[in-house]
Amino acid sequence: MVTLLTDQGERTVAGARVERERLWLTPSDLEAATGWELQPEGFCHGGACVPLPAGRESELVRDGRVEVGALWRHLGKALTHSEAGDVWVLGEAAGDRAAALRSLQAPDFTLPDPSGAMHSLLSELRGKKVLLVSWASW
Amino acid sequence: MWQALYEELRAQNFTVVAVAMDSRPADPLPWIEAAKPTYLTLIDRDHRLAELYDMVNVPEAVWIDEAGRIVRPPEPAGSYEGFRRMNRETKEMPEDVARLTAQTKAAYLDAIRDWVRNGPRSEHALDPRRAEARLKAPDENVARAHAAFRLGQYLIRAGRSEEGRRWLEEASRLHPESWCMWRQQAGVNETGLASLPDFWQRVDALGDKRYYPAIDMKGMP
Repeated sequence: MVTLLTDQGERTVAGARVERERLWLTPSDLEAATGWELQPEGFCHGGACVPLPAGRESELVRDGRVEVGALWRHLGKALTHSEAGDVWVLGEAAGDRAAALRSLQAPDFTLPDPSGAMHSLLSELRGKKVLLVSWASW
Repeated sequence: MWQALYEELRAQNFTVVAVAMDSRPADPLPWIEAAKPTYLTLIDRDHRLAELYDMVNVPEAVWIDEAGRIVRPPEPAGSYEGFRRMNRETKEMPEDVARLTAQTKAAYLDAIRDWVRNGPRSEHALDPRRAEARLKAPDENVARAHAAFRLGQYLIRAGRSEEGRRWLEEASRLHPESWCMWRQQAGVNETGLASLPDFWQRVDALGDKRYYPAIDMKGMP
């Protein structure tokens, strides 16, 4: 069992295969967890496709499975995993975060209030001026 | 701090969203109960806000207009780093520091009032070119730091704290500018503040660098 931590949240995948630094998922598990689909054109997300690297296709796709570590590095996205290989963080690329901010559209997020109820920033507050402020007890 | 401002301006279509970047869920609650906010308060255990908005400290704030557009990128929310000149034994603050602290906060609140009253005509609401110019671009190490931080927080919640803490330390190593990452994993005093000697050492190591960068806003002292 492997737990994937992504921008969408936490997801446990029963059929994942881990061998040392490699995480092999079926294309359908990959899509369910990350939104990335394996198509003939390559890996596609939100209408944009990234071709597999020429000559190194089998590093990413083999025996009907996708090696997510290689894919994530190919996409320039940050990733890390626990020492046991059972928890993987599929992060984002610095460039994508920066581009999102440069668009000046406030990035949306969904977080719980103290009672546990989830709130999505933008859907709740569009139409108002918002002071979004961080704080902490530490 | 924000409740009074919220009550003053809420009828003019203004609201506050306060996000606690805090991973011990019990920790922010006493503070919330004491403040009794009626605006939205959210708990952000994995510091997702810091990752999305490239924040490094608290309190930092972003101004977002009615169309969901950033009109002021992250900056200290009216905070001045007076604590650096505090007498560490007596906890006394020099008088000029107390004045600067109060003036910084007052100027920031007045700027918000001006924005709420005047919208895009306010000099404090930045046009897209100026807003974009003030954005910091996170680099690859910052992206890796956020991944390490997320992993560390997950492992600590799962009871695997030894390995989790190693990932938090790695996150701080990759993103040393982030006080959020460092203070979340630092030892805390009896009131839960990460202000033990190791914090002061890290602050002193800043030298001339600011703990809270100067706020680039008209009216700031």
